[in-house]
Amino acid sequence: MTSTIRDLLIILIGSSLVSNVVLSQFLGLCPFLGVSRKVETAAGMGAAVVFVITLASAVAGVIYRFVLVPLDITYLQTIVFILVIAALVQFVEMVLKKYMQGLYVALGVYLPLITTNCAVLGVALTNVQKNYGILAGIVNGFATAVGFLISIVILAGIREKMEHNDVPQSFQGMPIVLVTAGLMAIAFCGFAGLLRG
Amino acid sequence: MNSAGERLYNGIIKENPTLVLMLGMCPTLAVTTSAINGLGMGLTTMVVLALSNAIISLLRNIIPDKVRIPAFIVIIASFVTVVQMILQAYLPFLYDALGIYIPLIVVNCIILGRAEAYASKNPVIASLFDGIGMGLGFSAALTVIGAVREILGAGEIFGIHFMPASYVPFSIFIMAPGAFFVLACLTAIQNKVKINGEKKGKDMSRIQSGCNSDCASCGESGCGRRFYGAGKEDGQEPKKQEGEVK
Repeated sequence: MTSTIRDLLIILIGSSLVSNVVLSQFLGLCPFLGVSRKVETAAGMGAAVVFVITLASAVAGVIYRFVLVPLDITYLQTIVFILVIAALVQFVEMVLKKYMQGLYVALGVYLPLITTNCAVLGVALTNVQKNYGILAGIVNGFATAVGFLISIVILAGIREKMEHNDVPQSFQGMPIVLVTAGLMAIAFCGFAGLLRG
Repeated sequence: MNSAGERLYNGIIKENPTLVLMLGMCPTLAVTTSAINGLGMGLTTMVVLALSNAIISLLRNIIPDKVRIPAFIVIIASFVTVVQMILQAYLPFLYDALGIYIPLIVVNCIILGRAEAYASKNPVIASLFDGIGMGLGFSAALTVIGAVREILGAGEIFGIHFMPASYVPFSIFIMAPGAFFVLACLTAIQNKVKINGEKKGKDMSRIQSGCNSDCASCGESGCGRRFYGAGKEDGQEPKKQEGEVK
């Protein structure tokens, strides 16, 4: 399947804003709630997610197209993807550590935390389900991860402001963060109109 | 301690994976748009959990310790694939409704958590019932959350309309934001129970307030931490062998 620039743009907007990975698909919820205390760490986490998901969707796309389809074993995709992603993250971590110290210092601590992130596997599976080509798959992966970055940074910003607010005792901690996320989800519903037409 | 009944009670009430331990939040929020979807997801997860627990328990003396987590993941992923094919063949409506969340059962931290914490150390029958108990607890919680959202959001339960005609459903509750609000209320209630319990001097450390406690991902470096007993802090590198699989 070849894709035009227009298709790719639609994927880019659709995956990053309209069907945001966290706020409307509920993937990658744990890092979203867990690492969003400070804007700085949230941005680091987001950047690491962009890096890993883009790479993982490329690798998973290539393996699907050139190994699983020719051998007619596409039903093994879940098993293959999860192992490939786990190995890939481990590998990326080692390469960064050895050759790109700067990037490793910036992203290194977040990499081990991403590996079980369901968003990574989710994107690889969505690419197959929607029958995206390799390029479209990479764009989709990148856009999804950018959507994650946007929402986690916004949430962290709100949480920093919220720290000194007077929240009812029962709602302190997680509940108020979830209410915030719910309100953000409502706001993101507004993007739904972007792709009509 | 390892009797079947005790395991079931433990899974459904004492350590309910959703309501007490707050594990596996992604599917919990995503598929509970109606009671039937919640129930379907819960039972699907239960089947995978029970079977993978049993097989992992059978193989617990054969799998070398260093590669145990990759091995567990392969076992879990195989069962997920089998269950997915069965659903596609016999329950297509559920397969369509749950969509991508069926293969994502692989990364549900409840399953890997139970494999690591229970099945890899205990005999087969107990592990099987541990899986069934945890799965039933998960199903019950998902069905309840789904029912609440369906009643508020559509005025129906299991697809049967029962609210008075004058009731205008808040359709927000079956949309994405509603999931966050329902979960927020649930964790608030949990907090309340915990605070009250602590006032009375009970040990409430069993109750987790979910993924909030600085845990960063649902896997072994995250909410599953209590299963692994490790006091890893966020941002520190996990042990190599664990890192391998995540």
